[in-house]
Amino acid sequence: MQAAGVTADVLAAAVAIATPLALAAIGETLAERSGVINLGIEGAMLFGALGGAIGASVAGPGAGLLLGTVAGVLVAALFAAVAVGAGADQVITGTAVTLGCVGLTGTIYRQFYGAGGVGLSLPTLPPLPIPLLSRLPLVGGAFFTQPVTTYLAGAAIPLTWWLLFRTRAGLALRAAGEDSAAARAAGVSVRRARVIAVLVGGAFAGVAGATLVLAQVGTFTERMTAGRGFIAIAIVVLGRWNPVGAGLAALLFGLATALQFAFQAAGWEVPYQLFLMLPYLLTLVALAGVVGRVKAPGALGKNEE
Amino acid sequence: MRRDIHALGIAGAALLAGLAILAVGLGLAGYDPGAALTALGTGAFGSWNAFTGVTLVRATPLILIGLGFALALRGGALNIGAEGQFYLGAIAATWVGVHASGWSAWIALPAVAGAGLAAGAAWIVVPVILRIRFGVLEAISTLVLNFVADALVSLMVLGPLQEPSGTYPQSAPIALGARLPMLPGTRLHAGFLVAVLLALALSWVFARTWWGFRLLALGTGPRAAEVSGRVPARRMLATALLGSAALAGLAGAFEVSGVSYALYQNLSPGYGFTAIAVALLARLRPPAIIVTGVLFGALEAGAGAMQRDAGIPAVAVYVVEAVIILVLLLGEAASRRRAMRPMVADVVKGTP
Repeated sequence: MQAAGVTADVLAAAVAIATPLALAAIGETLAERSGVINLGIEGAMLFGALGGAIGASVAGPGAGLLLGTVAGVLVAALFAAVAVGAGADQVITGTAVTLGCVGLTGTIYRQFYGAGGVGLSLPTLPPLPIPLLSRLPLVGGAFFTQPVTTYLAGAAIPLTWWLLFRTRAGLALRAAGEDSAAARAAGVSVRRARVIAVLVGGAFAGVAGATLVLAQVGTFTERMTAGRGFIAIAIVVLGRWNPVGAGLAALLFGLATALQFAFQAAGWEVPYQLFLMLPYLLTLVALAGVVGRVKAPGALGKNEE
Repeated sequence: MRRDIHALGIAGAALLAGLAILAVGLGLAGYDPGAALTALGTGAFGSWNAFTGVTLVRATPLILIGLGFALALRGGALNIGAEGQFYLGAIAATWVGVHASGWSAWIALPAVAGAGLAAGAAWIVVPVILRIRFGVLEAISTLVLNFVADALVSLMVLGPLQEPSGTYPQSAPIALGARLPMLPGTRLHAGFLVAVLLALALSWVFARTWWGFRLLALGTGPRAAEVSGRVPARRMLATALLGSAALAGLAGAFEVSGVSYALYQNLSPGYGFTAIAVALLARLRPPAIIVTGVLFGALEAGAGAMQRDAGIPAVAVYVVEAVIILVLLLGEAASRRRAMRPMVADVVKGTP
């Protein structure tokens, strides 16, 4: 009985931890499918978190989500201008954008909330139990008694999958990412496809950052994303550049972290860091293409010739 | 020569743009930009102690990692995993260091440095295999390994390397013999000198050796280089990446052996990423990396003073670093069609 309770708790925590990761990874999946690897989503997430905090403190958690999204799009726009517009190296541009966001958010945050480091307490998104489903054993609490952002991620998975693999726009986007020259010959505007994919990806990263503040932590701190944007990039790989895969991979990362907390709380002398490493090691295996036959988009990281 | 001046111009403009944007931004935010920049300058260059004991100490890992980044990028590869390689070097150096009690420095120091080099290089073996055998982007694989390295440090400082009382998440202090000597009259460890010498050595390799020339050919036009049959592309790429990671590992070893004398988490304030700006601003040229490394060391040293004296968060200097990289990228993109390769090609045409 107690074991079942612990399992349900761990699973619920895993879903909560996985939510921002999944959101960011879904957005990055779109960008990478269009041929753009955006390391700037770490920065977009951080700005999304700050936007979420400011919005929520002014006008409630709904406004926080909105402002977080806008902040993520703005950061992505900067990245897109340099990496897609001017055709600069994507990886280096993304790194620079993230560095800049760390600096800007740290500075703006102090400007708003003072240097004292007093934890501001924000209105957060309450869990919304879904009628009937929330009563299911085990999964009811984990998947159906969560804040709205979890359902947002849940809805985004099939939606983006359908968009990518069942629509003409998705086909154009994937063509741009697979072979930009061929896509252009077929009449696809590679640049436009990539800019749109990056901006949508930025919106997802922004929501992800806001989720971190509004559904998990309830406050903003300097560098609070702590590499989650980069983790999302690993999740995209492990999810085989597929939104469904990204959702599952995010859950795996969430589970690893939740187990760590559970072990620490239980005071077990298990080297929990091994759990933390596991998803990354799986990602490396996935990178080698050992699991399945899906490969990275052919033109990933390469600018238009 | 003209290209060098042109390059210097772009670098100078990027630096000025970074500082200008910082000043304007701080002004808009209601801070006093003059006081901020003064504090920044004083913290970095205000006294002999500040310059040698803070700025140059900070510059040492930046130079080493920046050299490594340049080494890989000259061959056309992006090593984004320096942060993890740095930690592996730090772990290995600590391991040797805590077991070195009673050793003479003549044995302990080479052992510490060697452990750092080897551990850093070992951390990139998998990405190298993935790149060469499966064509996996090394930028992703090296990035992923940073997180594994983080977890490994945590495992070490709470496990095998934890200090004997078992209270704090850090290692025991390393033996005296394993600590780098200070340069006379300073609080700067000898690792700085090693970094400078390595920069000069790499400069010679890049400019004067057949290997350095072929590496550049590989980075400039990988297809052409491979087809020519004169460039063993895979082996050279592997060597460049291993060397790149070894340098990051050495940086980690020196940080333990010259600064912290113990291993703990968050030992690096993001050296691995700042060093990218260091290498790019120097346009991948080792002698210039010494200069830009010191410059960024000064920025980070000054940032601390800025926070203390002018109440401005130290992270604000990251904005300067970001602006510098972005301006450089845009400058490259504006003058030519594609971004990084021409930077590499540039070195061929000019005299490095």
